[in-house]
Amino acid sequence: MELIVYIRCFKGIVLREALRFIHQKERFFSALVRPLVWLGIFAAGFRSVLGVAIIPPYETYIPYEVYIAPGLIAMIQLFNGMQSSLSMVYDREMGSMKTMLVSPIPRWFLLISKLLAGVFVSILQVYAFLLIASLWDIIPPISGYFTILPALVVSGLMLGSLGMFLSSAIKQLENFAGVMNFVIFPMFFASSALYPLWKIEETSEWLYYVCFYNPFTYAVESIRFSLYSQINIEYTIGILIFTLIFLILSILGYDPARGTLQKKGSK
Amino acid sequence: MTVALEIKNVSHNFGDFTALDDVSLNISPGDFTVLLGLNGAGKTTLYSLITRLYNNNSGTIKIYGFDVRLNSVNALKHIGVVFQQPTLDLDLSVKENLQYHSSLHGIASSEAEQRIDSEIYRIKLNDKIKSKVRSLSGGQRRRVEIARSLLHKPKLLLLDEPTVGLDIGSRQMILKHVKNLCKKDNLAVLWATHLIDEIDKGEKVIVINKGKVIESGNVSKIVKKTRTKNIREAFNKLVGI
Repeated sequence: MELIVYIRCFKGIVLREALRFIHQKERFFSALVRPLVWLGIFAAGFRSVLGVAIIPPYETYIPYEVYIAPGLIAMIQLFNGMQSSLSMVYDREMGSMKTMLVSPIPRWFLLISKLLAGVFVSILQVYAFLLIASLWDIIPPISGYFTILPALVVSGLMLGSLGMFLSSAIKQLENFAGVMNFVIFPMFFASSALYPLWKIEETSEWLYYVCFYNPFTYAVESIRFSLYSQINIEYTIGILIFTLIFLILSILGYDPARGTLQKKGSK
Repeated sequence: MTVALEIKNVSHNFGDFTALDDVSLNISPGDFTVLLGLNGAGKTTLYSLITRLYNNNSGTIKIYGFDVRLNSVNALKHIGVVFQQPTLDLDLSVKENLQYHSSLHGIASSEAEQRIDSEIYRIKLNDKIKSKVRSLSGGQRRRVEIARSLLHKPKLLLLDEPTVGLDIGSRQMILKHVKNLCKKDNLAVLWATHLIDEIDKGEKVIVINKGKVIESGNVSKIVKKTRTKNIREAFNKLVGI
């Protein structure tokens, strides 16, 4: 199959996601309101409770709002990843996922295109959030607005493919609500999004390890460092490994020979 | 002679449940073939195997000579599908839905524009091209799905219970449209249904029950063989209702 065919297909999938995004304005606003509530209310309340020491990539003491901003950016991507996989479960129940899967273009390409389309939408949301967050004096160096981009692509891919894998394993839409609770909240709270890992280690060693091995921590920290135009090798390698694992799992999940789609046929 | 769809000894299980049991059938270009069976007979499973949503555990499925499992790219190129469930994106316009489908088949946008216009004209929905799918009636949505399934110029059209839930007028219009396509474009059509009144006298029928093909042939042959008066009686006798 010629390269141009793949390009047209990719363009079509991204365009469809962008159109859906434009048509569903409430999705855009709710994606923005959620982190802004955390920033405006939660962070304001907790800034006096939680003191944050000087930790890389920061070179000075920072307000709590500045600390949690990368976590909230990752939260936007986490919700977006789960939401687009929720739409995949919905699409599958409604049938529109089938029209994509019966395309002659290889399935792995279709799924990765769909993931990247979701990442593209999440990046638009992140930049809108960063714009509003500047009102809270969350202003990274100018270069940070550019260097954050690769980190957003990888973390978006990781969280999206996790969502896609979950969507392949879920039989019905109703079950997905449960997974949202069991995935989103534990991932978010057991990470470095709201408090630095050393603080957690002071309280509980086992919880520290849970947070340390939580893929979401790798997304948060990759975003944190890239926002200040720095790279942390440990987190970068970690996020790449997690992305690869979730991508393989999600592609296998939608593979007609091995995947869970067949098992769902019996429902 | 070219065979549009060739299914040989296909069986499929979901756990302990046998959904299809040693199914074999052939469809030639230009054939309008009705796959007749009650709900749960295995029609949708068969469609899922032909379109490679599931892999067949046993037997072979070939589309114009291309094995669906071994050469899915070429096999799927030739298939147009209308699924039982509605599959259009309700929040997008008719045109946007059709453009999306064209891109999934790698059709260039200028070529897609022409094909969309001509298919929309054929289903007489030119005035609805910019309307959101949500605003269309059930019958109109089905017609759009048929138009969509033809955009990449398939040679085999699979329709799974396409008229369920539609009023008589829409049903007749869709049936007539597909039968015309069959004649004009030499399209092979497999039309799954449980609605017996959709079958005309000279047509080929495959009766499926509990995952098995229990009879196939022209309506007159099946009626004669079952010693009944019409296809309805023949079907009732064959499936034991």
